[in-house]
Amino acid sequence: MYRHTVRQRTYVCDDLKTLLARASPPRAGDALAGVAAATYEERVAAQYALADVPLRNFLHEALVPYEQDEVTRLIIDTHDAAAFAPVGHFTVGQLRDWLVSDAADAGALAALAPGLTPEMVAAVSKLLRNQELIAVARRVAVVTRFRNTLGLRGRLATRLQPNHPTDDPRGIAASLVDGLLYGSGDAVIGINPATDNPRAVRNLLHMLDAVREQYAIPTQSCVLCHVTTALQLIEQGAPVDLTFQSIAGTEAANASFGIRLALLQEAWEATLALNRGTVGQDVMYFETGQGSALSANAHHGLDQQTCEARAYAVARRFRPLLVNSVVGFIGPEYLYDGKQIIRAALEDHFCGKLLGLPMGVDVCYTNHAEADQDDTDTLLTLLGVAGCNFIMGVPGADDIMLGYQSTSFHDALYLRRVLGLRPAPEFEAWLRGQGIFDAQGRQLPAAAAQLLGQLPAALRAGGG
Amino acid sequence: MNPAPVSESPAPLPAADGPAPDPWAGLQAFTAARIALGRTGTSEPLRAALAFRLAHAHARDAVYSALETDRLLAELPALGLPVLAVHSRAENRPQYLQRPDWGRQLAAESRQVLAGQGPCDAAVVLADGLSAAAVNAHAAPLLRLLLPRLAAAGLRVGPLVLAEQARVALGDEAGQLLGARLVLVLIGERPGLSAPDSLGAYFTHGPRPGLTDEARNCVSNIRPEGLGYAAAADKLFFLLREALRLGLSGVGLKDDAELLGA
Repeated sequence: MYRHTVRQRTYVCDDLKTLLARASPPRAGDALAGVAAATYEERVAAQYALADVPLRNFLHEALVPYEQDEVTRLIIDTHDAAAFAPVGHFTVGQLRDWLVSDAADAGALAALAPGLTPEMVAAVSKLLRNQELIAVARRVAVVTRFRNTLGLRGRLATRLQPNHPTDDPRGIAASLVDGLLYGSGDAVIGINPATDNPRAVRNLLHMLDAVREQYAIPTQSCVLCHVTTALQLIEQGAPVDLTFQSIAGTEAANASFGIRLALLQEAWEATLALNRGTVGQDVMYFETGQGSALSANAHHGLDQQTCEARAYAVARRFRPLLVNSVVGFIGPEYLYDGKQIIRAALEDHFCGKLLGLPMGVDVCYTNHAEADQDDTDTLLTLLGVAGCNFIMGVPGADDIMLGYQSTSFHDALYLRRVLGLRPAPEFEAWLRGQGIFDAQGRQLPAAAAQLLGQLPAALRAGGG
Repeated sequence: MNPAPVSESPAPLPAADGPAPDPWAGLQAFTAARIALGRTGTSEPLRAALAFRLAHAHARDAVYSALETDRLLAELPALGLPVLAVHSRAENRPQYLQRPDWGRQLAAESRQVLAGQGPCDAAVVLADGLSAAAVNAHAAPLLRLLLPRLAAAGLRVGPLVLAEQARVALGDEAGQLLGARLVLVLIGERPGLSAPDSLGAYFTHGPRPGLTDEARNCVSNIRPEGLGYAAAADKLFFLLREALRLGLSGVGLKDDAELLGA
């Protein structure tokens, strides 16, 4: 039982999950789920009450029962008590005051990560303003490696996303070349396929691999098919660099994606066995997004941000190269407008980083959300300041396959310029060698690029 | 400001005012993606920025477009069927966007409108969805081709239902109230930057509240630049007749006439 009194009115929550939900900054999905605070006062009352909750309570009061949910079991069974010890006597409010203090430096935060549970991190995020979500996350650098080094301070990577509505190899290759010539693709060259058909996915994998080999690009490729498809393709010897999967924060939501932890474990081991990384073996790529558990009717009465943070427990189990919160994709019934999308993205980035994950954000919106390019610009800039590992690179910000707007190649050029951020070092050297960027990281006149002299085979075959 | 006669795109700026596209602009032949835009500094050239903004404006206008109920009520009886107007529980667009559950349920007074109509083989619901503009433009031309074929096949088509602030699943409740063996919902799809007025056609055999997507079949992207009216009518006619003949819809019904497990 959790309670707080404001003037003469006492607000009571029966359990921790309800308290977390009532304390959440407003968003459409929590109202849709019927778990949001009914008034502004109730929300702040819940935040007062939440501030007084001892962090230890989160280890004893599971939000989704241990017996029913393998994500809860993962969180509890892998909790690092020694790492938790320095903050073990804190309340949520005391954790908040410590996190924003100078004592919480990069070393302290990195050491603490295994001692924090997603629920603790979600709870404290609800007490932080946007600037604090940014300021704390900025101190954490999560570095991962495959064919290049991602997440270093002062660096910003991009996923080149050359999607095409019918998976046409020439259409994809055209967007891919465009992206490379704009300096995009160090996080991954990743295609959302229009179909999960294994043969089609395999063809795309071979095409991506051929382009990467042709230009000796120090990056990794991925076709974002279902993990079961990837496993099948690995068995057939297809060139799988990274295994992708959408994940969520409850067992039931993951079941709606057709996955269990054991399946992810199997995929992780199979991908590791390929040993394709050159500077590291972080081989998993996960995508998440607030609202996915509710949309699968698998949220157990939790608010959507707490569900999202629990997905990060799933992610960190498998030492991913990339974790991407696709924040504005799900639609206005979960995140109504630019303000809610921006808040959610900063929460996701903060929670992921605090838990030790290489967080990127797909800064995006759909056409039925109350958002536009100005919101994209705002969020993009905030995430750059917050030290986000990577963003998307989509031609002209318009994904013609998925039908939503993300960040463009130009957007990444802007962000790198205004904040002095650079691509991953290996990729930066490649861009210089190709005559695409100069020594200062500025884009050279387009015609200078060597790549133009010899286009990928996919574009030459069949002509145009 | 009164809208001027509409042209498809803004007048191109004089070339001297804008940066050139990139030297690889020839690759635009391979994809509709916005590639080889060129740049000035780190920004897109203005003409590219305005083209994007105009496409987004069309999509936004489509989301907030309204069913032209009066015109449709006047025109649709020409198809030979009674027309009934209903409303979902969502009272307006902001509610519709935030409460998908309300968009799936009929308002109480709308239930009365549909009750007692007598049974039929197929009822047709025209739902605004996320683009009423799509329904305004494409529903009547499609039905002019489809309905006569259904009638000629001996099927009893029930009333046409015009549904405002409606999602696909509202058709299930409407179909049940109408005593329809099958309900066909023509609905405005979520607008993309390239197509703000794409019509989707969803149908469910044995409609009743609580069904989910796997119980439905869908023919999407119906518009002259996508799946044309004649092709869509062909496909729907075939599928609807098969669904009624076999007594099923959803994952078990394949649009190439092959049946799973058959």
